[in-house]
Amino acid sequence: MSTMTTALEKTIEQRQQSWLAEKLGSQTFWVFIALVCACVFLYYATDSFGTQKNIYNITRNVTFVAIIALGMTLVIITGGIDLSVGSVLVLCSMVLGVTMHAGYGIEVGIAAAIAASLAVGFVHGILIAYVGMPSFVVTLATLSIARSLAMVASGNTVVFQFGPDHELLLALGGGAISFEAFGRVIEVAHPVIYMIILALITGFVLRWTRFGRYVYAIGGNEHAATLTGVPVRPIKVAVYMISSLSAGVAGIVQTGWLGAITTNIGTGLELQVIAAAVIGGAALSGGVGTATGALIGAALIEVIRNSLGLLGINAFWQGCFIGGAILFAVSFERIRNFRQQE
Amino acid sequence: MPVLQLSNISKHFGAIQAVNDVSLSIEPGEVVGLMGDNGAGKSTLVKMIAGNYRPSHGSMQLEGKEIVMHRPVEARQHGIEIVHQDLALCDNLTAAANVFLGREMRKWMGPVQILNYPAMYKRAAQIFAELKSETRPRDLVKQMSGGQRQAVAIARTRLSNAKLVLMDEPTAAISVRQVAEVLNLIRQLRDQGIAVVLISHRMPDVFSVADRIIVLRRGRKVADKKIVATSPEEVTGLITGAIEQVS
Repeated sequence: MSTMTTALEKTIEQRQQSWLAEKLGSQTFWVFIALVCACVFLYYATDSFGTQKNIYNITRNVTFVAIIALGMTLVIITGGIDLSVGSVLVLCSMVLGVTMHAGYGIEVGIAAAIAASLAVGFVHGILIAYVGMPSFVVTLATLSIARSLAMVASGNTVVFQFGPDHELLLALGGGAISFEAFGRVIEVAHPVIYMIILALITGFVLRWTRFGRYVYAIGGNEHAATLTGVPVRPIKVAVYMISSLSAGVAGIVQTGWLGAITTNIGTGLELQVIAAAVIGGAALSGGVGTATGALIGAALIEVIRNSLGLLGINAFWQGCFIGGAILFAVSFERIRNFRQQE
Repeated sequence: MPVLQLSNISKHFGAIQAVNDVSLSIEPGEVVGLMGDNGAGKSTLVKMIAGNYRPSHGSMQLEGKEIVMHRPVEARQHGIEIVHQDLALCDNLTAAANVFLGREMRKWMGPVQILNYPAMYKRAAQIFAELKSETRPRDLVKQMSGGQRQAVAIARTRLSNAKLVLMDEPTAAISVRQVAEVLNLIRQLRDQGIAVVLISHRMPDVFSVADRIIVLRRGRKVADKKIVATSPEEVTGLITGAIEQVS
């Protein structure tokens, strides 16, 4: 009897897959390998890819999609989708721009922009979680509404003067910190720092908090989550608010970088963001996705865009390459599933 | 003293009388098979015990104390646990994560509370060992057999000091070997003094594990007998109505 008990306990202690095997089997890992290979290839194939200026540009350009992809990943994990992020970005930029242009300080402008993003996310959450409307439809509607509101707020003009804190806003989004390492001065754009901080927070929340656990549970089996006492509806509201918030933050930072806001910024951005999340391993059927994946997906898209220019390939091909990357990334997941079924 | 006592419980939805004047009691460590055809009132009766519905008439006593429940969470607080027919599992989470879903163990890390993974893995492993089930806490539920999935769902009931476990068709959709596993899990619960109500259509399963059998037909209790005092033939007759009623 005692040998039987210990045999049982030993079996219970084992895991089907080791930590390493699990990582090696993940889509995110292989996309990361593809990203590294692409970078190594470009480093040797072009003169300009490895220059400090180019790397500075890539890392900064990636941030806007990456920051929103973090929020989008949460929504996708719950099994939903947020199509409105591009419009929420322009709405928040406009709220920030118009407020500061009217003479208010940067704190007031940022607070107003954040409040606007949270309000949009709250409306999404209520309509999706409590009224029971599909997330696709609700956010399709606000995709239209938010951009329209941005046009109303600005009278469809370009805002490029931001009142007394003009310089501060430009430094916030367009500045960089520099430090010395490896015997030379390295510059890192401010948005990159924000992206890293936000990614660390998102990763921590998903892995280590009860909220993160519930986000995965809702995506895995919403009915089961409800039966086991998970507060499904409040969590969904929070998730849509976080998604809109991430678009708002990206809007604020981007405004500081561009130094001007037109009502057509962020057009089509939602598709890039969803592509980044999906390439990074988030499953649109819900239950799967990581913060790291969102960053890696966004980075791969940006490297593809950047490299086409450097390699002298016509920019019209860009869509083909990004579309190809989506299919390439998702095919890994399918191949793995086929293998498991056999 | 019985764990649960129902006195003259009725439930109607408009003109439809789903459960009609049912009284029963369940002792600690007793396995009661609840049988009846579709629409006999099993689900309605179970949903009242689980806190989903409130009875139209009658009263419920838990360990001699009258209880009135408004939500399923209250049933859990009273020590009544339910294993749902579809098990209510999240395939994308580990066994331990599913066991603790909605009741995660946490610890303080500076100003924030984080999930206490080691403690949850350890406790889940203990419960699986108690249930004598080869289920690994760190594995994803997606990759598990029907019997292991049942073990995960049943392990949830062991987190609290459950007095009564309701199991809705636990053997309906699994292989013969896994059925044996699940019946063993039920015996493990019984041996720890927990009362089990087993709702099932499968006569052999009920007869192999239950101490007593209650048959419902058209919302009424038509039989409440020790398993040794009845036979599958008699129970079939009671379910279909070929035998009117036995006392």
